[in-house]
Amino acid sequence: MTVPEQSSSPLPMIRFNGVTKTYDAGRPAVDDLTMDIDCGEITVFVGPSGCGKTTSLRMINRMVEPTSGTILLDGQDVSQQKASELRRSMGYVMQSSGLMPHRSVIDNIATVPRLNGVPRTEARARARELLDVVGLASELGRRYPGQLSGGQQQRVGVARALAADPPVLLMDEPFSAVDPVVRAELQEELLRLQRDLAKTIVFVTHDIDEATILGDKVAVFAVGGRLAQFAAPEEILRAPVDDFVAGFVGRDRGFRHLSFQEGRHVTVHPIETIEVEQLGDPTVSVLSPWTLLVDADGRPHGWVPQATRSSITTQAEAVPGGSLYTRGDTLRRALDAALSSPSGLGVTVDDDGRAIGVVRAAEVFDLIESARVDRGRADHNTAV
Amino acid sequence: MDWIQGVIDYVPANAALLRELTGNHLVQSILPIVFGVIIAVPLAQIARLNRSAGAVMLTASSLLYTIPSLAMFVFLPLVLGTSILSMVNVVVALTIYAVALLMRSTVDALNSIDDGVRQAAVAMGYTPLRRFLTVDLPLAVPVLIAGIRVISVTNISMVSVGALIGVPSLGRLFTDGLTRNYPEQIAVGIIATLLLALVLDLLLVLLERVLTPWTRATSSRTARAAALDARTVAA
Repeated sequence: MTVPEQSSSPLPMIRFNGVTKTYDAGRPAVDDLTMDIDCGEITVFVGPSGCGKTTSLRMINRMVEPTSGTILLDGQDVSQQKASELRRSMGYVMQSSGLMPHRSVIDNIATVPRLNGVPRTEARARARELLDVVGLASELGRRYPGQLSGGQQQRVGVARALAADPPVLLMDEPFSAVDPVVRAELQEELLRLQRDLAKTIVFVTHDIDEATILGDKVAVFAVGGRLAQFAAPEEILRAPVDDFVAGFVGRDRGFRHLSFQEGRHVTVHPIETIEVEQLGDPTVSVLSPWTLLVDADGRPHGWVPQATRSSITTQAEAVPGGSLYTRGDTLRRALDAALSSPSGLGVTVDDDGRAIGVVRAAEVFDLIESARVDRGRADHNTAV
Repeated sequence: MDWIQGVIDYVPANAALLRELTGNHLVQSILPIVFGVIIAVPLAQIARLNRSAGAVMLTASSLLYTIPSLAMFVFLPLVLGTSILSMVNVVVALTIYAVALLMRSTVDALNSIDDGVRQAAVAMGYTPLRRFLTVDLPLAVPVLIAGIRVISVTNISMVSVGALIGVPSLGRLFTDGLTRNYPEQIAVGIIATLLLALVLDLLLVLLERVLTPWTRATSSRTARAAALDARTVAA
């Protein structure tokens, strides 16, 4: 067993050391993987199918044994540990929730503590707490998994993985089988949980968007089990290391990268508004080409163009608005609000959803450009 | 309709004999099921873990099933050293048939389990034996009981064959009724056999319901949840 060198930085939670996995003497599924996964962070393995990301994940808990190389968990070679006990020391969430159909939700969550010999009542009490942690009503605990929706099953899967309070969570495409709305919810929940729990999470996905949303670090795998790039998501999008990574992160990567640029400095301009109740009153005229329609609480409900003001008497007749930009959110949201708005003005709201003004696409572009120049100076110590 | 009266009169007049024969019949039908399950389930798991051994075992069990029951009843005393009139012969013979049938259906039952569930059990850290007993086996129960129900009906009818060589069972009502030309006795035998088969089948259905509460809960509640969703959408 190789002992990792002492360094000033803390020991990585998981270390891959020259790990190769070959099936039946064919091409390697994972090719000489060496990487350190830091404690308390979300590390995302992303890549196309057949790139070895799931195989790599499963070698951590010995569901797959490497052909050569070692994997250290907290400094200990995993191959020296009893497989079943090693697996109980890590949470595991899988794509199709993998819940036991013959066990109630509570007993599913209590699985690992029960395997560890925790008495049934104690394990169930802990499981009930976890239902609440993952945002499920306690009465769902008595149901069977087949009686839950896909999103609820995934939440139970997360709760089950957390039940023995393991320091490491392995998540194998856990959200890929649910619809996009539920997926976004689950991603947000995971980030919220992670703020409280600070687990070391290894997360496998084929979705680069999911990778950049969730990952503190992103490992992009190429076909043939080669680790192409391992960096912060912002860096992967801004500076892909080769053509493969550039191609994989896709042609929207420039736009996606805006998610990492904060919009604190975007100028918010005032905008003329008209209230829903005033629409029916023909004496209330509008002066701007585009006037924002708001309700009594100041929440935006679309646009009233000056040209057609006289024909708009109810909220339903107003021109529907674009996406909303919450003040201080990322440049991506600011730009999208402006581009999706029929008036070209991105409606900006405060944290309570009340309209406070508009942002202009051109000004967002100016900010993007000056941020790029600043970065260039920092990176190359020169004007760009 | 005299013979119906004859059948009705036969029962109280021969209550003691009927009780004894029914008891014998039940023992010879049920014991092979119990032994069959105990033997077939581990064999099925071995067959699944070792494919080549499994292929041999499944072929051998199919071949055993083709041996006629009467031949088996006559042949087994020679092998086992039991008396030709012993119920042990019938129990052993029917156990062999039960194993032959159950092994295949148990392999199918275990193969029918969702691979995701099995993978999850591995990932959770189940040891192989514990996984087999607490995950694989309970999930195989519905298919397993379907196999057992077939065997239970077959056994009830095959036990009667033992009467030909003198092993006591309800079959004696047929052999006896034939030699004495006593159709009422034969009719009672048929009715009793049918009733036994029905009762045993009913018990197996009840057993399945007790062992698999999740299957019903899932279908009924899902329907209810769907109805609820539909209402929400409508509102």
